Amino acid sequence: MLSLSPRDQAMLDGGHGPAAQLAMSILVRMADVYGASALMNVSQAHIDSTIYLGDATLEFAERLASLGARVAVPTSLNVSGVDECGWKDWAVSPEWAAKAARQMLAYERMGASPTWTCAPYQTKMRPSFGQQVAWGESNAIAFANSVIGARTERYPDLLDVCCAITGRVPAVGLHLTENRAGQLLLQLEDVPPALQQDDQFFAVLGHLVGKLSGDSIPVIDGVVARPAEDQLKAFAAAAASSGRVALFHMVGVTPEAPTLEVAFQGRGVPPPAAITTADLLAARKELTTADGRELDMVILGSPHFSVAEFRQLAPLVAGRHVHPRVKFLVTSGRLMKQLAEEAGVLAPIVAFGAQITLDTCILASPMLPPEIKTLMTNSAKYAYYAPSLLNTRVTFGSLADCVRSAIEGRVVRDESIWQIA
Amino acid sequence: MIAGRPIVEGTAEGEALVTNEALSFWGGYDFHTGEIIDQHHPLAGVRAAGRILVVPFSKGSSTTTAVLLEAVRAGTAPAAILTTGVDSFFALASIVADVMYAKSFPVIALEPKDVGALQTRMHVSVESSGLIKF
Repeated sequence: MLSLSPRDQAMLDGGHGPAAQLAMSILVRMADVYGASALMNVSQAHIDSTIYLGDATLEFAERLASLGARVAVPTSLNVSGVDECGWKDWAVSPEWAAKAARQMLAYERMGASPTWTCAPYQTKMRPSFGQQVAWGESNAIAFANSVIGARTERYPDLLDVCCAITGRVPAVGLHLTENRAGQLLLQLEDVPPALQQDDQFFAVLGHLVGKLSGDSIPVIDGVVARPAEDQLKAFAAAAASSGRVALFHMVGVTPEAPTLEVAFQGRGVPPPAAITTADLLAARKELTTADGRELDMVILGSPHFSVAEFRQLAPLVAGRHVHPRVKFLVTSGRLMKQLAEEAGVLAPIVAFGAQITLDTCILASPMLPPEIKTLMTNSAKYAYYAPSLLNTRVTFGSLADCVRSAIEGRVVRDESIWQIA
Repeated sequence: MIAGRPIVEGTAEGEALVTNEALSFWGGYDFHTGEIIDQHHPLAGVRAAGRILVVPFSKGSSTTTAVLLEAVRAGTAPAAILTTGVDSFFALASIVADVMYAKSFPVIALEPKDVGALQTRMHVSVESSGLIKF
């Protein structure tokens, strides 16, 4: 039985205006679904409902905005359905662009910060360890919970904004310490350190872990590599695409898993399921659906390319040029692009012939012309969704493979490290 | 006949579509056609509009709810969704569809032991009490 605070009740009764009333009414019905007995405060939100799909997402946003909705806590915004400055270079229709822009405006009117990125944890809106937040966007949820140790349930679109407007969430799930213990042990078995150091390793491992985890919180043990933040980002995005991972623990790597025992909160370590090199090779294979060497486009940046990734890309492309038959697209957010520009790493990438799309991505905006049939990417998330959403074939490879392929105009992959099994 | 727990109450009737693999509606469901499009999913290419979809839980994208809301608005949503345990994503889509369009669909939680009784193409009816008849 849900008990509401006087402030919750006042919101529900319309005392804080019609938008807060609508948001609270949805939140209260969802608290019932979750079986919550109370609501609790969050101090930050990330709204994934920004993605324009059609009339329903737009009507929902404009209904709230027209009722005078204001976010009650600092709130970042996920990708939109359109790159407002660059959409005319692509196959986006003016009607789509106009409606997606209206949806952006609706969320900006609510007082949210126009971050327009699926990697809000790489902006000034990054939460801190233990902070209670309400985040949408599957990759961001997994990253915030696991890599930072902030606390969010796996919030869906349409609810994230209700949490932002009320500043409240059902006091359940991953907000509570006792629900954050590992539930499943995945043990890397004889996976060579050299393979673990490979640029593709964490994305492939994430894809596999997502598939193996069902609805459990996985604990991954046996990682000897020291992943960079962007590798953990790739892992989280992959695991939250192939599966429903909202929190993972990587022993010795993530903050709630200094040891195996702590990852399970001292409740006992279950018998492990093994992850072998052969499993990883098979998982990597699944991420490639193309079978030839044809290449129409290299696509990087799901989740959005970070400044560190721009820094990594710049020396690989400096002085080179994309093959005339191939497009090379990086998707990122406006803040990341600005930082990359200030760091001087954007110029060589643009000179290489790369295009940059901001504030959206190829999955959220109908950008690609129909002649683009074959993609190459280092993102497991792009590789997972593009065949279904865009009806394209995909080759998964390292960043260096992507660059080399773009230069040569055909798919080339350095397979040496992946042929050891 | 099995007793489910209504997470979002309602009645529905139709042909069952059963899978034991989780599904993301974003990247997995085309709300223009009501077809499952996730190329990694065993039901890829199958139309779920108007059917009683039996799926263990949602996976993947947060945007699953928004796709399902679009599907309700377009008339291409499943007639009901039956899950193993409570799935908040499907429930939210139905609740917001009720708020926005007065068109909700039943979302029912089943006991894992009961799911095996349901098979694709069975004619199934969902009662507001959560009772599933087939």
